[in-house]
Amino acid sequence: MKELIRRGSGEIIFVAALLAALALVLDPFRLSTVAKYMSFAFVAIGIVLMWGYGGVLSLGQGIFFGMGGYMMAMFLKLEASAPELPDFMMWSSVETLPTWWQPFHHLGWTLLLILVVPSVVAYLFSYAVFRKRVGGVYFAIVTLALALTLTVLIIGQQGDTGGANGITDFRTLLGWDIVGDQSKLVLYAVHAVLLVVAMAVCRAILHSRFGKVLIAIRDREDRVRFSGYNTAHIKAFVFAVSALLSSIGGAFYALQVGMISPDTIGVVTSIEMVIYAAVGGRLSVGGAVIGALLVGLMKSYLSEAFPEVWLYFLGALFILVVAFMPHGLAGVASRLRVSR
Amino acid sequence: MAAITPPSDEVLGVQDLTVSFDGFRAVNGVSLSIRRNELRVIIGPNGAGKTTLLDMICGKTRPSSGSIRFNGRELTRLSEHEIVRTGVGRKFQAPSVYEDLTVRENFEISIPGGQGVWGSLLFRRDSVARERVYSIAKSVFLEQSLDEKAGRLSHGQKQWLEIGMLLIQSPQLLLLDEPVAGMSPRERELTADLLQRVCQGRSVIVIEHDMDFVKRIANTVTVMHQGRVLSEGTAEQVQSDPRVIDVYLGH
Repeated sequence: MKELIRRGSGEIIFVAALLAALALVLDPFRLSTVAKYMSFAFVAIGIVLMWGYGGVLSLGQGIFFGMGGYMMAMFLKLEASAPELPDFMMWSSVETLPTWWQPFHHLGWTLLLILVVPSVVAYLFSYAVFRKRVGGVYFAIVTLALALTLTVLIIGQQGDTGGANGITDFRTLLGWDIVGDQSKLVLYAVHAVLLVVAMAVCRAILHSRFGKVLIAIRDREDRVRFSGYNTAHIKAFVFAVSALLSSIGGAFYALQVGMISPDTIGVVTSIEMVIYAAVGGRLSVGGAVIGALLVGLMKSYLSEAFPEVWLYFLGALFILVVAFMPHGLAGVASRLRVSR
Repeated sequence: MAAITPPSDEVLGVQDLTVSFDGFRAVNGVSLSIRRNELRVIIGPNGAGKTTLLDMICGKTRPSSGSIRFNGRELTRLSEHEIVRTGVGRKFQAPSVYEDLTVRENFEISIPGGQGVWGSLLFRRDSVARERVYSIAKSVFLEQSLDEKAGRLSHGQKQWLEIGMLLIQSPQLLLLDEPVAGMSPRERELTADLLQRVCQGRSVIVIEHDMDFVKRIANTVTVMHQGRVLSEGTAEQVQSDPRVIDVYLGH
């Protein structure tokens, strides 16, 4: 047990050191690419919790990533265009700000909503589904369909949401320039610290009795009910935690990349997020972060070098991992450690 | 079947319970009364509805009609985890334990109380919990294997582990489905002793085929056949009942 905790915190220290080292070594442009994939790392941690341990596969984490991203972008956009309406609204001849945009005049409300809305939505939706004993592949398909629906909805409501272009053209947070090299570094530091905190929290959850119940649910959900647990409640909670993490990741994405669009939250991204976790190791919180960074950077490189065929590389990678490394990179690492 | 006035120390009262699957009545109008501290054995040929009866008591299967009252509470409307929390424990026929967890973790998960989200997050492995796990482990002969993964236990040990997981829930009513199935003769003997200790201070319903085993442990035997109660009495009584001999023991 002590050994486990030691190894567990080793994993976190390793990631923290890596993130710090990257900040020292990389130029601002490369660093902002790392920061972009750090946003996805939040999602990947959530997927480890929910899929690796709880056995619940969601192919729609982009929904919650998008919620966080859009809410943050809405705040930034309102600030950027004040006192006018956002440009895309004027292009679609929207004359007054829609009511649901109102809270995003204030940073406090925005942050609160980023934390609360995705968690509550995720909990209520998934509890309703799990209570009906719907799970496995069916749950994955439902979430996939929801991710698709959300992108269609956003694209259709051009005037209210920025449509297919998304929300873009914002440069300041409370008057603070967020695109300069100096501020990028500050943003990166905050981002990295929060990511490490998220990892620590998730490890604590996994080490508690709750974590053991999750494993039990993954292996024998029907039996867990006869140990006195309302498994729908437990699964919905872990789904809400993963939604919360995704939303935080999305908010950072909007800050770091300077835009959010339906592309970045849709079906393809949602599935990529699962690949990050699978490659890194779906039973390892640290592995998920490494997986997100590695696959992300690889994707950036491949899409520049082989713009036509890079998606096939990604697909092949996923097949390789699933076929030969069921516990991903983290699994390989721990096997090496054991054999040494 | 006429309603019988329940005895004053009745723990479980099953009245006219029926369930049908696609028109086939797996359990058909069964009534049963279990008293405090009673050990009841249910026997019957395959397909008699024994397991289905237990499934309905513990909430796994919803009855089509009839009632199940446990300490005066109607169970047919509750979900599985709520029934567990009223004090009913169920042991399944095939050993069902959490194979990826250690024996200790299997026990810890089963400790009652704090089984909501927050309770599970805040559960501490304090000295009380440790003691409790150790004493239960000892009573099911597993105190040496606490840190082993449950998946590595032998078949008989898994059966014991599951019985232990039930004991730690301290249920008032224990439902055991063929607890000695697949055990070696030595393990059977140990289990028979274990069950006699387990039954102290609670009511138990056991499904069992092995008549020698039944005679060793039972107060009262209920014989089921084709979804109905065929006969009820002591082991000797039912064994000499011509209807029972005809459908079951004679074959």
